[in-house]
Amino acid sequence: MSAPEQSQTPASKMILTMGVVACVCGVLIVGAFQSTQEAIAENKRIVLERAVFKVLPGAATVRKYAATPAGIQPLTGDAVPEGGVKFYAAYDQSGGLKGIAAEAAGKGYADTVRVLYGYEAKCQCIVGISVVSMRETPGIGDKIITDQAFLKNFEALDVRVNPEMTALANAVKTVKHGSKSNAWQIDAIAGATVTSKAVGRGINDSAQALLPKLVAHIGELQP
Amino acid sequence: MSQPIELRAAPHQHSGRSVPVIMRNVVYSMLPICAFSVWQYGLSALALLLTVTAACLLTERLLNRASAQPNTLNDWSAAITGILLALTLPPAFPLWMGVVSGFVAIAIGKALFGGLGYNVFNPALVGRAFVQAAFPVAITTWVPAFATQRFSELVPSTLTAPLMMPPDVTAWIKQQSVDAFTGATPLARWKFENVAVSANDLLSGAATASTGETSAILILLCGLYLAARKFMDWRIPVAVLASAAATAWLFQLYDPAHYPSPLFVLLSGGLVLGAVFMATDMATSPVTPLGVWIYGAVIGVVTMMIRYFGGLTEGVMYAILLGNALTPFIDQFTQPRVFGAQKDEKP
Amino acid sequence: MSLPEQADDSITLDTFLEGVWRQNPVFVMVLGMCPTLAVTVSAINALSMGVATTFVLVSSCLLISMIRNLVPKEVRIATYIVIIATFVTLVDYLIQAVSLKLYEALGAFIQLIVVNCIILGRAEAHASKHPPLKSVINALGMGVGFTIGLFALGGTREILGAGNLFGISLFGEHFQPWVVMVLPPGGFFVLGGWLLLFALLRSKPATEGGH
Repeated sequence: MSAPEQSQTPASKMILTMGVVACVCGVLIVGAFQSTQEAIAENKRIVLERAVFKVLPGAATVRKYAATPAGIQPLTGDAVPEGGVKFYAAYDQSGGLKGIAAEAAGKGYADTVRVLYGYEAKCQCIVGISVVSMRETPGIGDKIITDQAFLKNFEALDVRVNPEMTALANAVKTVKHGSKSNAWQIDAIAGATVTSKAVGRGINDSAQALLPKLVAHIGELQP
Repeated sequence: MSQPIELRAAPHQHSGRSVPVIMRNVVYSMLPICAFSVWQYGLSALALLLTVTAACLLTERLLNRASAQPNTLNDWSAAITGILLALTLPPAFPLWMGVVSGFVAIAIGKALFGGLGYNVFNPALVGRAFVQAAFPVAITTWVPAFATQRFSELVPSTLTAPLMMPPDVTAWIKQQSVDAFTGATPLARWKFENVAVSANDLLSGAATASTGETSAILILLCGLYLAARKFMDWRIPVAVLASAAATAWLFQLYDPAHYPSPLFVLLSGGLVLGAVFMATDMATSPVTPLGVWIYGAVIGVVTMMIRYFGGLTEGVMYAILLGNALTPFIDQFTQPRVFGAQKDEKP
Repeated sequence: MSLPEQADDSITLDTFLEGVWRQNPVFVMVLGMCPTLAVTVSAINALSMGVATTFVLVSSCLLISMIRNLVPKEVRIATYIVIIATFVTLVDYLIQAVSLKLYEALGAFIQLIVVNCIILGRAEAHASKHPPLKSVINALGMGVGFTIGLFALGGTREILGAGNLFGISLFGEHFQPWVVMVLPPGGFFVLGGWLLLFALLRSKPATEGGH
């Protein structure tokens, strides 16, 4: 163990090298973040608006809110306060409230099925859905995007809130294909029952959590 | 080269059993089932049987040639794979998809492992598993048995152009004077509608099913022939069917309103066909006496677990593939003790 | 340990082609299988992933090669990882700025470029021993090879799984998609097929066979 052939690198040099590299890299990362920040925010806004306009045709602008037991508050970032539910308020050209959009998620056949649904206060019903993400079997489960008869369920799906403002008057429920008899039921796609049920369950969970908190304060959203 | 050779005095007698002889007899024993399915489903079933078998034979021949192996067509194993595969497919399955499944069965299920005897999984089931994953809609599109024009015309989906989607067959089914065709198999009806089809309907061959699944009694008779001639290990189908029936019985005891009777479980779906002809494949099942029982029981129980708790309605295919995968381990853990050896002897 | 490592600094065609053909990361070295199997459900995803990885590969190798004589070997791996992670973060922001849809399709696999062993492997085995130009050419070859590999898988899976290539329908509306191809098992089937083909192609010249 005497006199190693290569001289030992001094600790100061190691720390210095890593420090310099880290500094340069830090500058690069922060620079990239600063210069792409606006474009990313703009992209996110466009994606969100496109999705919301799809479930609430006629809307022109979108604002983010959270409904909490205490009331409604506007959201700036992505962080939702404790006990709150995120939703989007959509306004038409003249600035009137067009409707509410919110996300619902239910466990499907392969993975979670996430949909965005549009809610209109006038009829107290859901007026449209669009699939945000899913990994259901192509050709079977993905009929929830294309099947016209299934999408018809969501043209006026009854989600009235009960008089006590604690829950929906009637829980949204997916029923066997061809047996829909009430406005709060969803007629399942034949052969894609699991995925249809996932959508129904997701919407029910989301609407039960959101609407009782929202309906009482919906007037506050009017400009 | 240095194996000790045991010498015995003449005369010697050949037992008469060889791979081609066994395989040929298995093919013979499947012919009545094929005939019954053609009687049920007509020209479409016949076309499917011939096409899938031809695809298997052709693939075997081409791959033999490509890998410079001797011709193995005359050991009859590719023919068995083809016929079995066709029997597990829906009767109106498009022929081009049948060709795909036959190719996958032989190429991926058998040739890639090194040919007959080296394959880990039953090739016919590999082929079926592939098309089940690739074409989930076509493989669950059923047509009624005993359609009136079954001997004069093909189901429209049979002759789908290659790579194309099969046409809708509901219009064709309406033309046939078949009463109350549901389009769902008895297992699917139990799972999604809680309707248990009666044993009578299951045995008459009129139940919605794959080409060769409904003739349970015929399949058992053919199996009996193979077992009597010792071309098949009778313990495997007995273990599969007994364990499935026992599982069904236990569940029915627990909740008779929801779980069907053991008889329904045995007669619906492809359990009997799988137990008699697929689980018994010599290359992919254990050889030890105890191992055979374990293997059969695993298949029976797993089938029931998939049927009761899985997303699919039928589980025989995956249960047998799983049993195939376990076979080497089962064999290893159930080695019989060599006569005279000490119990705890470790070399 | 007889000779000090004398690197050959001459740039030949092989410097570039090594990664494209002889040591192709997907087909020969079978490296970086995580993104190879996971993001290749369509040609455009595969191509984007390939380009993103190539960008990280080339820029990290350039930087690492430039500072190769300054970094003490005791801390070289840590330094390399910091550099690679930096470029991955840049790519992450860039893709978000270009297309959120693409960003969601590639998912966590953009961040996971950090641990793609092709990149650290090139940095350690090549860039740390060769001058910048040669490192960049070699890294570019590897990147191109990786992109070709991903594209081969992505193209095949999109054609069979959806009947499209780059979203353009090839067989008309009646095409029957092979659902399994866009599911995870399809990745393994197609990768196996390409590995078989590549093995055949590579063994042909050795035997002087051919038709």
